Amino acid sequence: MYEQIRANRRRALMLVLAMAVLLMAIGYVLGEYAVRGAGKLGVALALIVWAIQALVAYYAGDSIVLSHSGGRKIEKQDHPVLFNVVEEMCVASGLSRVPDIYIIDDDALNAFATGRDPEHASVAVTAGLLKELDRDELQGVIGHELGHVHNRDVLYMTLLVVMVGTIILLADLGRRFMFSSGSGTRTGRRSRGLGGAGIAIVVAAILLMILAPLLAQMIYLAVSRKREYLGDASSALYTRFPEGLARALEKLGKSTKKLIAATPAVAPMYIVNPLQVTAAGLSDLSSTHPPISERIRILRSMGGHAGFGSYEAAFRKVTGRPVGVVPFAALQSAPVVPVVAPAAAMPAVPLTAPPAERIDRVRQTTDALWALNDYIFIDCQCGTRLKIPPVYAGKKIECPHCGRVHEAKRA
Amino acid sequence: MVLIIVLVILAAIVLWLVGMYNSLVRAKNEVGNAWSQIDVQLNRRHDLIPNLVETVKGYMTHERETLEAVVRARQQAVQVSGSIEDKARVENALSQTLRSLFAVSENYPQLKANENFLALQEELTSTENKISFSRQYYNDSVLTLNNRIQMFPTNLFASAFNFKQAAFFEVESADVRKPVAVKF
Repeated sequence: MYEQIRANRRRALMLVLAMAVLLMAIGYVLGEYAVRGAGKLGVALALIVWAIQALVAYYAGDSIVLSHSGGRKIEKQDHPVLFNVVEEMCVASGLSRVPDIYIIDDDALNAFATGRDPEHASVAVTAGLLKELDRDELQGVIGHELGHVHNRDVLYMTLLVVMVGTIILLADLGRRFMFSSGSGTRTGRRSRGLGGAGIAIVVAAILLMILAPLLAQMIYLAVSRKREYLGDASSALYTRFPEGLARALEKLGKSTKKLIAATPAVAPMYIVNPLQVTAAGLSDLSSTHPPISERIRILRSMGGHAGFGSYEAAFRKVTGRPVGVVPFAALQSAPVVPVVAPAAAMPAVPLTAPPAERIDRVRQTTDALWALNDYIFIDCQCGTRLKIPPVYAGKKIECPHCGRVHEAKRA
Repeated sequence: MVLIIVLVILAAIVLWLVGMYNSLVRAKNEVGNAWSQIDVQLNRRHDLIPNLVETVKGYMTHERETLEAVVRARQQAVQVSGSIEDKARVENALSQTLRSLFAVSENYPQLKANENFLALQEELTSTENKISFSRQYYNDSVLTLNNRIQMFPTNLFASAFNFKQAAFFEVESADVRKPVAVKF
């Protein structure tokens, strides 16, 4: 997955640089407004603001996101099962350090991961998730989150959320300032009388107010859904049991409980969109997250395998899109190549089909009913049992499976 | 001018070769790292079993044989030194005995109400999972290394610098992968 890791590092750098350009532009405009010729000073100030913001986002981004979401850090004795599951997934993904584990005291079902690299990573899950999911399902969710950690999605997402979040926050403050100062015309006049400084603040506020929704939109555009699919693929690979995550997603999609601490800025970090909780959760049309129903279908179409190759194939089959989600190099080295070493081939995952004896029992019962209605039974050589309505007695019947022609007569 | 072009091409080739060599080293180190993970988990299991036996002994008076089998299998697993294949064999045997111990424990309701036992059961279940996950990761790393050693162009390097293929940690049957059956 080196491709994905490199891409995430590159995007993170681009994000930080884009932020510098944006802030410098604002700084220049404001400086020129305040005092003619002070644009350079504005740029310098903006650079300082940017440096602080970037450093804070890089080094403290995870703690900001975690405290914002209301997570509390737990130790092993607080929830041994969760702790063990995270450790297990760490071992499966080859991560060198077990992330810090947080529980969000909320009945909603959700989870996210944050941090700047695998050495400084955290995962957070809601209390509702721990209550509703069984061990296999929890493993699937944690596998997805550790996939984000492994692919360095966490670095990019955390930077994005914190840096853009700051601007949205400032815009909010600015709007409040505008409304409070606009309510009394006298104060408004006085600020105009003050000259440059007052106007500068007003302009800053207006600028930020225009920018904020655009930036929020930018988050959604910047967060490609591909990450979520890749997280699912990683989870399937680590757990070797895609059905676990599929079942978990089903429960997450059905849940109608709303996550209280979720805001648009942090929404993209979660495994399922916390803001799109509707009764029809399975068919949501959110833009940050792919539809849950589609994710489940892909996981269930992996044909008894758990590797990246099978996920890629299932993705193409379910979505009908020719371009997949797994980077080319990862597909090349995906450990699903039984030709080279049969011992490492994925163990076939047992899919939950009803036990054979139950199918037999149901068949016997329905056959008895058909027989009561004078149906004719013919056992075809291909193993299919044809059930022919009495009106076709004496006619030639073609087996729908193999095409052999039978004469419909009573045995 | 021609000299510069030649030098640039040479430099590019050298960089490419260094990259290939490093990728082999990385793969080899990953295998060693993954193997030590298995070892950590196996040792952890060896450490947990005496506690388990101690807790269970008082309750399961009629299951002497099962308990003794576990103790014996652990003894063998601790003592084994040798090839990966030997190690895999005795550790798989230990997994089997543990599974049967947990299976018979179902018949002892008092034991299942014992908090100490439940905690140990969770720990052992998780350790079993970690063993199979670390084995899975080890085998994936071995596959990556062996692929590099066999495939062109890295295979030229591998033979020149004496990189050896690693052995897989075999699992006897798909059944062994399944963790100890514990309901939550």
